[in-house]
Amino acid sequence: MEQRTEQQEQQEQQTEQRRERQQVLYLWANGSSLDSGTIGWAFHDGTDGNGPAIPLSTPPYPSGIDALRDGWMLLQSSQLVAPSPGEEHLNTYLEYEFVFERRVTTPFS
Amino acid sequence: MGSDHRLTTRQMAHFVANGFIRFDAIVPAEINERGIDEMRRLEVERFAPDGLKPPHTGTPLDECYPPPSAIGEYLRLPQIRGIIESFVGPDPTFDHDWTHHIQPRATYVQPLHVDAITDSADPTFDVQLFWYPHDVAPGEGGTRFVPGSHLRRVRSSGLDRYQHIAGEQQFSGPAGTVVVFHHGLWHAGQPNPGEGDRWMHKVRLNPTVPQVRLWNTDDLPDLQNPPSDHIFARILPDSVAQIFRTMHPWMSVTDYRNEQVQRAKLWRYLTGDQAYDVDHYLTRLEGRAELVGN
Repeated sequence: MEQRTEQQEQQEQQTEQRRERQQVLYLWANGSSLDSGTIGWAFHDGTDGNGPAIPLSTPPYPSGIDALRDGWMLLQSSQLVAPSPGEEHLNTYLEYEFVFERRVTTPFS
Repeated sequence: MGSDHRLTTRQMAHFVANGFIRFDAIVPAEINERGIDEMRRLEVERFAPDGLKPPHTGTPLDECYPPPSAIGEYLRLPQIRGIIESFVGPDPTFDHDWTHHIQPRATYVQPLHVDAITDSADPTFDVQLFWYPHDVAPGEGGTRFVPGSHLRRVRSSGLDRYQHIAGEQQFSGPAGTVVVFHHGLWHAGQPNPGEGDRWMHKVRLNPTVPQVRLWNTDDLPDLQNPPSDHIFARILPDSVAQIFRTMHPWMSVTDYRNEQVQRAKLWRYLTGDQAYDVDHYLTRLEGRAELVGN
């Protein structure tokens, strides 16, 4: 069996201490386009505060395009669903949802 | 207004458009002070073997919180009874109450939610009275809520996802303020970074009569617009329809138009005027449906 070198052990230790974590940003827009205006948002931080924060402005990004320009990657956008018969004029949840992620490599103990 | 403390048509229309209406410092200071003591007892003794208990669900409001009770005194104030009567009639029944106590420096963020279960399709509604017996400073534990969210059909847990919505408000105001919510309004308790306890008593009331023209309708003839009132044609400058054109910052254009339809349907129920409309949305579809016998 191949002997691990000292260098390999050091690399493994470094990898153990620096792990990739995900930040997730939800934006809800007032239209179906990525450049529609933001009307709602939520931020979930897998780095537990060790990664970059979102802008303090409200909303943090005026549109999804602004999030892309700040380094966010689009994971998913909501499908456009035709209203069911009889429910054409009924509002439910916020309709236009865009989900973004940002992967952050940061030291962890 | 004299001894008639019921709401006006203008106030009712704003409630239909926004899902809430607030009355600042409407409860006298002396009742507020004793109210906090009673809320504290109710919080501790509600589920204890003995002590202060809430009314039984279904109890007529007049029989709830008998003297001596600060909560009862507040609910029996003529101004408060006028407000209640305007929404759910002169003899509503008690649904439930709850003492909401947020301790100093509490950090818990309650998710946005609606109470109870997903609504039926009919336009009937309950009201929930939120009584804040002491001053609530901005950001210090006042209830968060989303104006205009009350007529949407959602499941309560489905709202957990929305951390922030444009145009949401967090209550702050003087002691003795009462905010009346349509039962469907999205809301949540908030952290209290302040140094004082935040107390609030919430009571939900069920109507026992059709909720038709229960308020002071003296101003209804002046404000009730005809179904022809249409923003893309002609409008009255001061009307119920103008109030129903309130567009909240979080609404898409489609949301907004659908909300106008829902508000018009609720207003048809409240006024008994089955031809009522705003911006021709219902009238247009109903006219065409008649052509094919629907």
